[in-house]
Amino acid sequence: MIVIEDLHVTFRTERHVVQAVKGVSLHVREGEVYGLVGESGSGKSTVLRALAGLDGAWDGRMTVAGERLGKRRSGHFHRRVQMVFQDPYGSLHPRHTVDRTLSEPLKIHHFDDHDGRIRRVLREVGLDDSFRFRYPHQLSGGQRQRVAIARAIILEPRVLLLDEPTSALDVSVQAEILNLLGRLKRDLGLTMILVSHNLAVVAHMCDCMSVMRHGEVVEQLTVDQLRDGTVQEPYTRQLLLAAKGYDRAVVEELLV
Amino acid sequence: MTATTPRSLRSWLLDDAPASRRQAWFGRTYRGWLHFRRNPLAVTGLAIVLVLLLVAAVGPLLAPHSPYDQNLDMRLMPPGTEGYLLGSDELGRDILSRVLYGARITLYIVILVAIIVAPLGLLIGTVAGYFGGWIDTLLMRVTDIFLAFPRLILALALVAALGPGIENAVIAIAITTWPPYARIARAETLTIRRSDFIAAARLQGASSARIIVRQVMPLCTSSVIVRVTLDMAGIILTAAGLGFLGLGAQPPSPEWGAMVASGRKFLLDQWWVAAMPGIAIFVVSLGFNLLGDGLRDVLDPKSGS
Repeated sequence: MIVIEDLHVTFRTERHVVQAVKGVSLHVREGEVYGLVGESGSGKSTVLRALAGLDGAWDGRMTVAGERLGKRRSGHFHRRVQMVFQDPYGSLHPRHTVDRTLSEPLKIHHFDDHDGRIRRVLREVGLDDSFRFRYPHQLSGGQRQRVAIARAIILEPRVLLLDEPTSALDVSVQAEILNLLGRLKRDLGLTMILVSHNLAVVAHMCDCMSVMRHGEVVEQLTVDQLRDGTVQEPYTRQLLLAAKGYDRAVVEELLV
Repeated sequence: MTATTPRSLRSWLLDDAPASRRQAWFGRTYRGWLHFRRNPLAVTGLAIVLVLLLVAAVGPLLAPHSPYDQNLDMRLMPPGTEGYLLGSDELGRDILSRVLYGARITLYIVILVAIIVAPLGLLIGTVAGYFGGWIDTLLMRVTDIFLAFPRLILALALVAALGPGIENAVIAIAITTWPPYARIARAETLTIRRSDFIAAARLQGASSARIIVRQVMPLCTSSVIVRVTLDMAGIILTAAGLGFLGLGAQPPSPEWGAMVASGRKFLLDQWWVAAMPGIAIFVVSLGFNLLGDGLRDVLDPKSGS
């Protein structure tokens, strides 16, 4: 469904040139949830934004459902690929009601039956009709993220890009959102790429994953390998140990 | 019944789960009003502006005389003279009538300038801020050129070139007033153009024009509106200044600035000829300033919700 080959992303300022992503390749099958994990600054979000067409200066080959992606994306691409952002406080327009936020994409793509679609999609993400005409400041973080997910799926996309969709939320709300995403994946047959630094989230959601560090893929593994701990690279092992929380043995192993 | 109706209207407005777009919009406006009402100075400003609007609408009905009728027997009468509440000027015209008629001219100038300036500045600023790069550089250098001249001097030069008159004064004031609006709109745009909701709109396939008009502009309008109301005083004063220098409204038009100018000759002995229109300018400018301050507290997107 999604093929990325030899992706390079470079950010230029007047003084500095930063190679954020250096030759990343990955392959996501239809209906699969693919995880990208790594520490902050490892380039995992950059891969996602480049795929979404939000960051301009990239090089390499990217294909979604057979469509080769250029620098400018087609209307077809926007219908097929949507994204959920990390910060639900920044990803909703502060002066637009939920209704307006959801009807914008419908207007852009000339969908019919706005009213019915908005009702259905709100029910789909677990919000009732009373939320429809609220402003974002009248919603909690979890509710906002549900609206952001509703906005992403209202165009009936095939691919959902998730950029740390739960890391800005309370732990109890995180689980709700993850369950919602899991249900949407089953019901709508979505293909997803999930960026996260949280290995537990990735292990819960994903089938396959890549571990990234300094803009490169360190290791690609399946979720079974992750659970069994049969990983090859020392960096991946380090991540796994770190995810277990503070442990004397871990600290000693890391310090060796 | 009469006691419950206002309460149910209030609860309809403050409903946390509005049932329609209109209710959501009214609810937000009402909350803004409740916030605005807590500031007595701002309410005073609003009252002054409302009185100006009222006077502009019905002033000619209230005026005891025609603003142009001369009566040389009654020239330079002090305030309080029978039939001349605020006195009369050097041609025996009733100053009260002229001030009342002048409200309409003042409002006309202020509204025309605002209608030209706010959209122009908003458009230039948001386009420059959103696209960045050479478009930004070009538009901002043009803005700098206009900002580099003192406002009144540039307006003077423009009126001198275009010829005196209210319409030309409006054009001249508008051309000299838009650059700060473009600056404000650009600064606002720069802070929001990287936000996730803009990225989401781009990912939905929205065109740049659509993003600027529907996503960026609504967030810039509040600071522009505040700036307009704060600038109203400056616009009135510039118009009055042009009138005073003989380049704005032409005699016998009862424009306040021109009236001050003609009263200058009698300033020491018949102070009221210049003072009455001067007080009118002062009160209206103050009203717009107070209103602008109050609106800034309510509309500032960074304060509260």
